[in-house]
Amino acid sequence: MPAGTRVRWAVVSATSVALVATGCGSSGSGSGGGSSDTSKTFTYQSSEPQNPLQPANANETGGGRIVQNLFKGLADYDPSNGKLRMQVADKIDTSDAQNYTVTLKSGWTFHDGTPVTAKSFVDAWNWAANTNNNQINSSWFADIEGYKDIHPESGSPTTDKMSGLAVQDDTHFTIKLYNKVSYFPFKLGYVAFSPLPEGFYKDPAGYGQKPVGNGPYEFVSWDHNSQVVTKTFANYQGVDKPKNGGVVFKMYTTSEAAYADLQSNNLDVMDQVPPSALANYKNDLGDRAIDAPQGAIQNIGFTLYQADWQGQDKNKVRQGLSMAIDRDTITKTVLQNSRKPASAWVAEGVDGYKAGTCGDFCTYNADKAKQLITEGGGVPGNAIKITYNADGGHKEWVDAVCNSIRQATGVNCTGDPKTDFKTARAAITGHQINGLFRTGWVQDYPLNANFLADVYRTGAASNDTGYSSPEFDKLANEADQAASVEDTATGYQKAEAQLAIDMPAIPLWYYRTNSGFSTKVQNVAFDSFGNPAWTQVEVKG
Amino acid sequence: MGHYVLRRVLQMIPVFFGATLLIFLMVYSLPGDPIAAMFGDKAADPATVANLRHQYYLDQPLWKQYLHYMNNIFHLDFGTSFTGRPVSEIMADAFPVTIRLALVAFFFEIVIGLPLGLIAGLYRGSVADTLVLVLTLIVISIPVFVLGYIAQTIFAINLGWVTPTVQDSKDITQLILPGLVLASLSLAYVARLTRTSIGENLRADYMRTAVAKGLPRPTIIGRHLLRNSLIPVVTFLGTDLGALMGGAIVTEGIFNIAGVGNVLYRAINQKEGPTVVGIVTVLVLVYLVASLVVDLLYAVLDPRIRYA
Repeated sequence: MPAGTRVRWAVVSATSVALVATGCGSSGSGSGGGSSDTSKTFTYQSSEPQNPLQPANANETGGGRIVQNLFKGLADYDPSNGKLRMQVADKIDTSDAQNYTVTLKSGWTFHDGTPVTAKSFVDAWNWAANTNNNQINSSWFADIEGYKDIHPESGSPTTDKMSGLAVQDDTHFTIKLYNKVSYFPFKLGYVAFSPLPEGFYKDPAGYGQKPVGNGPYEFVSWDHNSQVVTKTFANYQGVDKPKNGGVVFKMYTTSEAAYADLQSNNLDVMDQVPPSALANYKNDLGDRAIDAPQGAIQNIGFTLYQADWQGQDKNKVRQGLSMAIDRDTITKTVLQNSRKPASAWVAEGVDGYKAGTCGDFCTYNADKAKQLITEGGGVPGNAIKITYNADGGHKEWVDAVCNSIRQATGVNCTGDPKTDFKTARAAITGHQINGLFRTGWVQDYPLNANFLADVYRTGAASNDTGYSSPEFDKLANEADQAASVEDTATGYQKAEAQLAIDMPAIPLWYYRTNSGFSTKVQNVAFDSFGNPAWTQVEVKG
Repeated sequence: MGHYVLRRVLQMIPVFFGATLLIFLMVYSLPGDPIAAMFGDKAADPATVANLRHQYYLDQPLWKQYLHYMNNIFHLDFGTSFTGRPVSEIMADAFPVTIRLALVAFFFEIVIGLPLGLIAGLYRGSVADTLVLVLTLIVISIPVFVLGYIAQTIFAINLGWVTPTVQDSKDITQLILPGLVLASLSLAYVARLTRTSIGENLRADYMRTAVAKGLPRPTIIGRHLLRNSLIPVVTFLGTDLGALMGGAIVTEGIFNIAGVGNVLYRAINQKEGPTVVGIVTVLVLVYLVASLVVDLLYAVLDPRIRYA
């Protein structure tokens, strides 16, 4: 996985063809273009899910990608432009960005034949948000009024229903939020907001092993550590009708094994080629190789809560360090073109992405870097350490970044590896880090607010740097109050500009999907989540 | 003989407790918090973390966790993994696969390793002997994962005789190539051990006596030479069965076999205590039983041990 992390992946059913097309010449949507057989299944590289297959419990890729194929929520993201697209919802109306009325389409059913109604959503959300049910994604419901009663910070919930949710009739329900969140519908594309059938509540654990959803594919079998088999759901009502007979998720422990299988046609589509194959995979696979952008970014964060990095003009030191990193050379050589140099804090391909927000500070310039660092009073002790997790393949580029900084500015820079991701995260969140650390962000939903509000707002859950800027917070709040998602996106671009002034974290580069497919399938394209457009894959007849 | 077996079985009890406690302590001292890690990059929700910790008994002091775990084991309950599956079920899936793989490897060790050693030992200094020495030296000096990738590239990707990874872990014919790779190192040891042992015993007094008595050559080699020469080899093979099961982790990774190594790797990564301790406990038991069988075989092969 990118960043060696386990990340949340929002629901997505199809890819942004435009993104893929602009990505790289060799990114492909098929070899040939022959006839296809809609009854045939294809295999996909996966890993054993780490949690039961419940929508609000799937926050890692292994389980997440299976669940998002079995379930379909109110909306997902459009294949042509990555924007929000209605699925079960006919429309989601609001006049004040705080009270939403959802109208459902009729005709949707679960795989067991029971209808998908407003109650299916409201009950599912209440169940998922309830502390007693231990759902890892429960905090996604925190915007909804009544969440604090059903999910108190400690102790047992006082109720099992959120006051902000009300069923009007079979096809209508309303949502009331604590605050105005103009882009709330964007969040609804995440798999945690999926509906659940009545039968679920009788045996949630059993359903976790044998899920019944309403998505394009229905569950057939789960042969643990070996494969999860799904087949196309005949009565699927979504706008993305499957062009294949189902997906078989084959479990692999190493991507090397998956790549060997892909080359010999024993695996049809894979996640990401192993680092050992990065240099050759385009030669190996020819027009079956894929190189597409992802909504994920790699950063270096500063421990702004430490005295060393506080005080006037220290932002100049941080800007100087950013300018001392030769992103172009490092992505080309050390990272073998598997990343693209960043020029903003939001990843490319994301709604609201604006290239160049970082300005000159993201362009290599040794003289300017030295000058800025001197103006800012210099780096304390003239030495920095970059903490990273040693299990994610980060050593090479951290060393390269350090070399770049050392050569450009004379600041002594060394890498500080932690055993694994867990350890590194514990040190970062526990504020046991000195100076700089590797950090990253993978989109939950493709909107710039997700890259900014969740990471840089004062006290935000994932604000690892301790960054707190009244100006940024004010602009972010204004953006949240905006009337439309478009205005929100523009509003957040203004907030992002503040990051260039304060430089709480150095943007390094954007992730890319480097993958490929077998000769048995065609029309394979990847979206910015790094997932293929599952339903669009065609199996050759 | 009966006392001997009884004593050996009783010895297994402290080893069992010692081993489980050690593994328990080791898993516990792994860095990072497994519950917080479930949340990935995102901040963990404190209420859910507290609940989950309670659910997995992780909010108790370590000694209580150990007692709780051992108590459950005596009720044949190995706990549940983070996926909500009972660990006993996970083991029931994984162990047969790895046992099969280990047996395939074991079979190759005996069928290929022993004859090679026998030939090399009987005809010391011959071309065959030199060939065996050179081949085993090569195998010993190459790490298993390199050998695995070479075998995968040649036989699967270049020649296309087999699939690069095992498509169905329950199909024993697909385990032949991984089994051979897994066996390779031990196979070389078995061949060399047999060769040395046979070379030594060829000059023993009882051999000269047997030859002088005019016994037929097959009897000399089979009953006298081989039987005495096999003692160190059997010791090695016995403990090796345990090592094969534990050591399958690399081979299972390369060939994507859904066995114990695979599950163990994932469980250690996720710091999933019950799964790790459960599997390793069973592996310890396998090891104990294997060495018990070796000691019993000793007594069969060498009467002097029997009466000691």
